[in-house]
Amino acid sequence: MAALRSPRSLAGVLLAALVNLNHPASYVHAGFFQMSVSNLVVIGLMVVVFAAAIALPFRRRHEDEQR
Amino acid sequence: MSAHRSAPSSWTARVRDAAVRAMPPERLLPDEQPAYMSSWVYIFGVLTLASLAVIIGSGVILGLKGPAWWHYTGVGHFFNSIHLWAVELFFFFTVIHLWAKFFMAAWRGGRARTWASGAVTFLVAVPCAFTGYVSQQNFDSQWIATQAKDGINSTGIGAFFNVLNFGQMYTYHVLLLPVLVVALVLAHVLLVRRHGIVPPLPLADLRPPTS
Repeated sequence: MAALRSPRSLAGVLLAALVNLNHPASYVHAGFFQMSVSNLVVIGLMVVVFAAAIALPFRRRHEDEQR
Repeated sequence: MSAHRSAPSSWTARVRDAAVRAMPPERLLPDEQPAYMSSWVYIFGVLTLASLAVIIGSGVILGLKGPAWWHYTGVGHFFNSIHLWAVELFFFFTVIHLWAKFFMAAWRGGRARTWASGAVTFLVAVPCAFTGYVSQQNFDSQWIATQAKDGINSTGIGAFFNVLNFGQMYTYHVLLLPVLVVALVLAHVLLVRRHGIVPPLPLADLRPPTS
């Protein structure tokens, strides 16, 4: 357990505790469709970022700052 | 000096004149952009370029130290992780960029080559990443290569593109495909500069027809 006392190892343990990856990948399977949960999460994130990029206002310069 | 300038005799002058005509400096390096670009959705192209720069930078360091370096040093592992996550971000931003341009119908106004070069870049980047996965020199790469072998052989190109041949895959990954990706990206950016950013779809198309 001595190795766990070093800050580097402790950070690794804490990060690993957030998501337990020490198992085979989980899959969503329905008929012909099969995809890993991690890939589905990434695709979901892309959709969220895409929607946010369209919806969120872009900072504009004020009229008096424009040339 | 005559009023009519005669055509330059040397090929370098002709190429220079053609290049300046096709891409005047103010169009190559503009200092302002149309107002409709004030949206976050236009930022994913440059995020893709930034990811590509990190990929190339970290890849050069990994290449200088050799493909086994990241297995036995902490610094090597760090740069390998930078390389991997930059690739993840590259595809993340590329896909959103493609979605945005697809829904903008970005091939309008003579921009077909701009759209096509971007789509082809994405298609070439995929095998560029895959050859990296089979160049890891671990059990993961062996598993991926043996699985990919059957798929590649079923297409009939297994004799030319042998995923079990580490030297061939490594050369594809660090030289041939990256050169192609960078060349396509350069062509894509130059086409964007030449034709400009595609304007939004006209609102008139969205109004209901009047009787």
